Amino acid sequence: MISVGVDVGSISAKAVVMQENAILASAVLLTGYNARKAGRQAFDQVLAAAKITAEQVDRIVATGYGRNSVDFADRAVTEITCHAAGAHHLDPTVRAIIDIGGQDSKAIVLDANGKVKDFAMNDKCAAGTGRFLEVMARALELDLDAFGDLSLAADRAAPISSMCTVFAESEVISLIAKGERRANIIAGIHASIAARVVAMARRIGLRPPVMMTGGVARNIGVVRALEEKMGGALIVSDRAQVTGAIGAALIAATL
Amino acid sequence: MGSDKRILDPDKEMRKIKADKRMREIMAAYYIEAKTPREQRGKPIAWITSGGPVEPLHVMDVIPIYPENYGAMIGASKMGVGLCETAESMGYSRDLCSYARADIASATVNGGPIGGLPEPDMLICCNNICGTVLKWYEVLARYFNVPLFILDTPITHTRFDDDMRRYVTRQSREYVAFLEQVCDKPFDYDRMKVVGELSLRAQELWQQVLDTTIHKPAPMTCFDAFFHLAMIVTLRGTQTAVDYYEMLLAEMRDRVARGIGMLPVEKYRLVWDNIPIWYRMRWLSEKFMARSACLVADTYTSGWTGWLPHADRNDFLGFMGESYARIFLNSGTDLMAENILRMVKKYDADGVVFHSNRSCKPYSLGQYDIQRIVQEKMGIPTLMIEADMVDERSFAESQIETRIDAFIEMLG
Ligand code: SF4
Repeated sequence: MISVGVDVGSISAKAVVMQENAILASAVLLTGYNARKAGRQAFDQVLAAAKITAEQVDRIVATGYGRNSVDFADRAVTEITCHAAGAHHLDPTVRAIIDIGGQDSKAIVLDANGKVKDFAMNDKCAAGTGRFLEVMARALELDLDAFGDLSLAADRAAPISSMCTVFAESEVISLIAKGERRANIIAGIHASIAARVVAMARRIGLRPPVMMTGGVARNIGVVRALEEKMGGALIVSDRAQVTGAIGAALIAATL
Repeated sequence: MGSDKRILDPDKEMRKIKADKRMREIMAAYYIEAKTPREQRGKPIAWITSGGPVEPLHVMDVIPIYPENYGAMIGASKMGVGLCETAESMGYSRDLCSYARADIASATVNGGPIGGLPEPDMLICCNNICGTVLKWYEVLARYFNVPLFILDTPITHTRFDDDMRRYVTRQSREYVAFLEQVCDKPFDYDRMKVVGELSLRAQELWQQVLDTTIHKPAPMTCFDAFFHLAMIVTLRGTQTAVDYYEMLLAEMRDRVARGIGMLPVEKYRLVWDNIPIWYRMRWLSEKFMARSACLVADTYTSGWTGWLPHADRNDFLGFMGESYARIFLNSGTDLMAENILRMVKKYDADGVVFHSNRSCKPYSLGQYDIQRIVQEKMGIPTLMIEADMVDERSFAESQIETRIDAFIEMLG
């Protein structure tokens, strides 16, 4: 059985091809404005990487915000269910997930079988999402990928109290004007995301072990800030960004 | 034009509720009478809050008009955003309930469905549903320059005591005196008995209609209940409402007997909490239906029957204040949670859908606690949809769709 999971998110499209329980290849690219095209490209790329043809694929599941525009998929399944399945596959001890994506953040609580017990989403505003970080990187004229490492040099987290992305951005600008250290500002940005996300996750009864999934998991600064706020360690897989696609491929194999 | 050529789907036709047509006729007649010029109709008009004591108005031949029912019409006809924006430009905060915003705006521009509501001769406000209505009705009283009666009901939390009983009963007498003065005629206590009995009868029938969904498959969904509710809100206390609900009940019982469900396949049974999202009724109903999920009951439509247990059939005015004070929206989170737990058991539900309604604070405030209580006590999944009943700007379609899908995946 060869199955493919395609996860079309608001910022990036991911695809994973699996044979039984083994990951053969994965692909990540920017979604752009056309979700349908991005899903197709991710699919083509992952097949090329695994050196297989479309005919060899038995089942496909699409997930993510663009899941319903992936017309070649056998089924669309939400990213909530897919992240749970993917995280459970990567580490069966996981009981909760924090996923920070491009336009939302979610917390998921799962049972011993990787089944979703409850979830919460912040999908009303950009604060506490990947988009928030992008806006802040622009305000600081920095590359987002450098954020994590830079924040480790902070000696304190500069206070950023606004709940709104636009207002938080002006807070950042006034911190720059006041001569606050850049590392401290970035640490403050991370702390503000962590505060939001952990508050939401606590509402549904966050319990360890907690795994972080999604592209933002590559940012070590956010991971540290979350750990501090939660008072415990996070499990971060090096496949964090494709966890949803892995879950989708696993679910596809059961269809 | 094309409608007579349309090919009807026989399965859909069979599932349609036939009483719908009668309902529309009655509601049209009700608004036509109310909108007839004052000289011709003779009867005065009172605007009244949805949980207000309407029965004495029928005794005095006053036509009750419900701005909240009108708010629902505004929402359903997707005119909410425009009217809310008008209210905001008048200086009302976006945090104010969208029924209040839409109603206040439509009063000033004579806009909205059916070209606005007929002007009131008096205003009756009962704060058993929320504190918003107090200020809302004070604004209306100033704007229309008409008398306002306020029935003040203390919040009952978990108990109702003798002091509260005395307090509201005395106000019932003041209410009668107010009506005698405004209408300039004596109150007919014999007629009060008749009207009171009709009101109770309509409430009993309505509860029986709602209870037909205990049957599997459910002969109707809460989306149907939201529609048929208009009569119990606006016309309780009249023979029309009693006759109508008798007819509807007969139809529902017939459907049960013949095994006709509202959904072709009923895989999951769900309970809805809070006011409907009026501008997305069809969308939501289709979303759930496509996933074979039937919303068999809701906390909203049974809100008009909750006081039946406290009824004293021989002394309507004597218990009226208490009944109106004890509606569930005027109680605490504990009682609201108990109510939902009871419904989950009664209707054998697999999950609960909460509409966290930006407008209605008293209804939405305890929902996260109630959600936790339901999960702990019943061990069933719940879903939280964040939106607003009238103001479409608070509705994010693809996000809500993802939540619904994930919820159904949890059930499956
Ligand atoms: S706040 Fe709630 S109870 Fe009060 S008028 Fe608005 S919708 Fe009705």
